[in-house]
Amino acid sequence: MPSITRPEVAHLARLARIALTDDELDRLAPQLEVILTSVARVGEVAAADIPPTSHALPLTNVYRDDEVRPSLPLDAVLAAAPAVEDSRFRVPRILDDE
Amino acid sequence: MNDLIRRTAAETAAAIADGEVSAVEVAQAHLDRIGEVDDKVHAFLHLAAETALQSARRVDERRAAGEPLGALAGVPVAVKDVFTTKGLPTTCGSRILDGWVPPYDATVVRRLADAGLVVLGKTNMDEFAMGSSTEHSAFGPTHNPWDLDRIPGGSGGGSAAAVAAFEAPLAVGTDTGGSIRQPAAVTGTVGAKPTYGGVSRYGIVALASSLDQAGPCARTVLDAALLHAMIGGHDPLDSTSIDAPVPPVVEAARRAGVSGLKVGVVRELSGAGYQPGVEQRFREAVALLEELGAEVREVSCPHFTYGLPAYYLILPSEASSNLARFDAMRYGLRVEDGLAGAEEVMARTREAGFGDEVKRRIILGTYALSSGYYDAYYGQAQRVRTLIGRDFRAAYELVDVLVSPATPVTAFRLGERVDDPLSMYLNDLCTIPANLDGGPALSVPCGVAPEDGLPVGLQVMAPALADDRCYRVAAALEAALADRWGSVLLDEAPAL
Repeated sequence: MPSITRPEVAHLARLARIALTDDELDRLAPQLEVILTSVARVGEVAAADIPPTSHALPLTNVYRDDEVRPSLPLDAVLAAAPAVEDSRFRVPRILDDE
Repeated sequence: MNDLIRRTAAETAAAIADGEVSAVEVAQAHLDRIGEVDDKVHAFLHLAAETALQSARRVDERRAAGEPLGALAGVPVAVKDVFTTKGLPTTCGSRILDGWVPPYDATVVRRLADAGLVVLGKTNMDEFAMGSSTEHSAFGPTHNPWDLDRIPGGSGGGSAAAVAAFEAPLAVGTDTGGSIRQPAAVTGTVGAKPTYGGVSRYGIVALASSLDQAGPCARTVLDAALLHAMIGGHDPLDSTSIDAPVPPVVEAARRAGVSGLKVGVVRELSGAGYQPGVEQRFREAVALLEELGAEVREVSCPHFTYGLPAYYLILPSEASSNLARFDAMRYGLRVEDGLAGAEEVMARTREAGFGDEVKRRIILGTYALSSGYYDAYYGQAQRVRTLIGRDFRAAYELVDVLVSPATPVTAFRLGERVDDPLSMYLNDLCTIPANLDGGPALSVPCGVAPEDGLPVGLQVMAPALADDRCYRVAAALEAALADRWGSVLLDEAPAL
């Protein structure tokens, strides 16, 4: 029987970069437990020797000619940006000070 | 009700080509209808009245100039809000994309425009296509035109409801686990999921990339086929697009004979959990196919039972990865207020921008992909996917198509399942196997359930690239049922 605890959900939320509130943790943790218990049924099928399928099509690499094609205009790309500076995306600080 | 809005897409295109009516008149009639009923139905998130009339005017000008028109030129179409539309908002039903106006068109949208179809607007959906009722839309649910207290299905409930409410004769949607077919079934319309790779995914906001497939919604099988043929076909911008001609779906929808066709009824998609009236209408439809000359037999697909759990591991895993792009850096919502670092901004933005179901699935996917759990969950789900594919292969040794109810139950009431994720997931029981396998599948109306008077859909599934078989069976059934009823199913729907 799988189990997923509230601290585990909090940890997963940190990994997924979602700042869940305490209320949400209280609500989501038991729901995830129920879902996980149900989907764990995939383990009932003895399939160790079965190859996994990741995709419906038997495609490997799809190549195209390495030709330069026009890109979207810069102003169109930046139009939806939360912040812009000098024709670039302006983002919050990424590295810590130390 | 204006007569123009009740016509099929094929009839409307013919009337425009013959000059009996102008594309502008047709577009205006639909915009008027939307104005009359959409405050009740809420199928649309954004209307594009001005650009719609402009495109219609261009079709009329081209006709006047004697230029050749495409098979659906001038026909209005509604577009699920998961397709990017240049200059028109695209939200995916999410706060995180509220107000986003994409700088480019999805290939499907481009093909609609090139063919002279008139885009009326963008339709409501469960947030990022996660759901079966549109109740997970951040902008409020869509209501089923058959009963406004009931769900229109999901995630493409807006597209199906728009078509069922005569707000548009055609719509495009996406189907990752049933998001075209399940809404079609519960609104009495036709919805098809083409073979994976049959329609370009370029410009579709990705949910689960190995499963997502765009397809048509319509009121008749022929209209769905015409739209399918128009949006389908190879696209170099989608690396999983199949480089082969679109299967002859329009010819199949017109030929509509099932004599000698081998039809398999999937044993595992019936029984406990299926509404009696759904099973009754399904059985009657199968008997009708037999009367029409189909050879019907029962077929077992033993691993289909594991489709639902496999899907709810594979989908969240892929979605948790795909939705990482919503990082508050380049577009969409950014919650910044006084926060110092990028990670904090990301976490607070995603907290504010995503709804409950999206958070649930991202966390579930993050869990399933964690080291230590990967093999037991995601790995095992992928093996089950192989087994489901083998079930299909074995079945197609015996029969040409498989049939089942499209959904276990008819439209349930708004609010009835929204707080119980697992019961919501059960709606996709019948539709998921085709997504995992990649083959085409279609839902066609087969009557209303006696106990509640709500539409029931029959699902036809076929091997990859045999989409035409789905249309052949659906068209035969549609014609035979119309003969039997003396009308089409949507005539039974209450006036709005």
